[in-house]
Amino acid sequence: MSKSDAIPQFKGKSDSPGDVGITNMSALTSGPGIKSAREVLAIILVAVIVVGGMELLLGFFEVPQYVLPKPSEIIVALVSDFPLIAPHLGHTLVELLGGFAIGATVGLILAAVITQFPFAEKIVTPYILLLVTTPMLALVPLLILRFGFGYEPRIIAVALASGPMVMINAATGFRRVDQGKIALARSYGASTLQIFWKIRAPMALPMIFVGLMVGSIFGLLTAVGAEMVGGGFGLGNRLTSYSSMILMPQFFAVVMILSMLGILIYVFFFLLGKKYASWEA
Amino acid sequence: MLAGQSKKPKLEVLNATKVYNTRSGDLLAIDRCSLEIMEGEIVSIVGPSGCGKTTLLWSMSGLHGLSAGEVLLDGAPVSGPNADISMVFQDANLLPWRNLAANINFPFEIKGVKPDRIWIDELLNRVGLEGFGGRFPGELSGGMQQRAALVRALSFKPSVLLMDEPFGALDSFTREEMNRLVEEIWLDTKTTIVLITHSIEEAIFLSDRVVVMSPRPGRVASIHPVPFARPRSMEIMATKEVFDLTNAIKQEIVGTQVSRYPNPAASQDQPTPVTG
Repeated sequence: MSKSDAIPQFKGKSDSPGDVGITNMSALTSGPGIKSAREVLAIILVAVIVVGGMELLLGFFEVPQYVLPKPSEIIVALVSDFPLIAPHLGHTLVELLGGFAIGATVGLILAAVITQFPFAEKIVTPYILLLVTTPMLALVPLLILRFGFGYEPRIIAVALASGPMVMINAATGFRRVDQGKIALARSYGASTLQIFWKIRAPMALPMIFVGLMVGSIFGLLTAVGAEMVGGGFGLGNRLTSYSSMILMPQFFAVVMILSMLGILIYVFFFLLGKKYASWEA
Repeated sequence: MLAGQSKKPKLEVLNATKVYNTRSGDLLAIDRCSLEIMEGEIVSIVGPSGCGKTTLLWSMSGLHGLSAGEVLLDGAPVSGPNADISMVFQDANLLPWRNLAANINFPFEIKGVKPDRIWIDELLNRVGLEGFGGRFPGELSGGMQQRAALVRALSFKPSVLLMDEPFGALDSFTREEMNRLVEEIWLDTKTTIVLITHSIEEAIFLSDRVVVMSPRPGRVASIHPVPFARPRSMEIMATKEVFDLTNAIKQEIVGTQVSRYPNPAASQDQPTPVTG
């Protein structure tokens, strides 16, 4: 060990490229908090004006429903057709959760392992970048040819879309090595595994959350996109179906469900990050 | 020498030599350093920037191996981190994702032993951090963080405390307060302490002996005994003896620098990858 030791250095912070992503995370998670009843009132008022204004304007100019339905029509469709849409929501959720679970697990493990071996990391990184930048939707027709019109091609596409996102962010997290903290753990006799679980993993956690958030939203996009390509079920399939039948209120009702889903994902990881990674901000 | 100090050597550094492999070739950080630290003694190491103080301390802690020579703890060679040795680092080095209680618990988690709650509560009381267990490091001042780090370092009752410029980042008032705190705790525990510092005043206030190191490659240039009774007051620090000793040490450090770099300003530009 004697000759290969690193020169002890203390900067008090990590000397890594991860900080850009972290700023992202705090930008994502540190939205301005609502402070008073007056602010709540103002927010609601603006929402009422926007939605009500749309309603009035669309009515006043007699915009046909197939161009843009009124908010009230969308809400009516959302409520009345929800029983019809719900099973499709279920299918999309199955694809999203299944694909994301696979992709995120593989991505996390790969990130944790690969960052321990800088040389291997150099070899693998280009492929991961390729996976991140290539829209996995492009593979869906091929996957359908191979696996048919069931869940499989969609789950695979979701996994392929979300996994690399999770991996690339988590890897950035795992690279944030703080030699001082590792030395601290070592001074108490910590093993490599203890250093990983007690120092590296918690330090990576904020970036892991960023990866999970971005990865799951990419997964949702890919799931819906894959459903639009082929197969008879899922929210994406509803979109193509309703638009081909010019059922615009129903179409926008599905769009609203998708927005809600995206917001739910965001809020979920926001709260998770707030609970477990707020020390970063 | 001083009361409460036995003659048994606690830590022995024998011809410690350390070479770093850097991109620009081998770097001799410390060269045949020998030093004997008695049980219950406080020894400070001072020297110009980059003289290998930190390297020497890390070798004593077992965090670093040596290229040649050895470190003995109670006569046995130190080959890796040792349960009897505890480090205090340059910044408080608390884990920001853990609250104070969990930070202080950290050494016990790693070692897999049960913490001595009574002792830890006593330490927390002494440093004035009782009731702060739920706070996160980011919510505490620099002084409080360093006090928490001190509690963490002493929590498992090490017999040797190695401090690597622990108070360098603190303002001078907080620093004096920390120095008094260290002396107070030492008077109780008689823990052997090795302290690296850039402040000669701090070194004199705290130490039984001050070790001056030469610029790179670091060698032990001289050792100055500090023969003042404890507890030391701030008034002692204003006496002529302390002033003379401070000056002598300062002269020595500056002198070695001047002999090496004829232009004192030029020494600022020397690459110093080794901190401490």
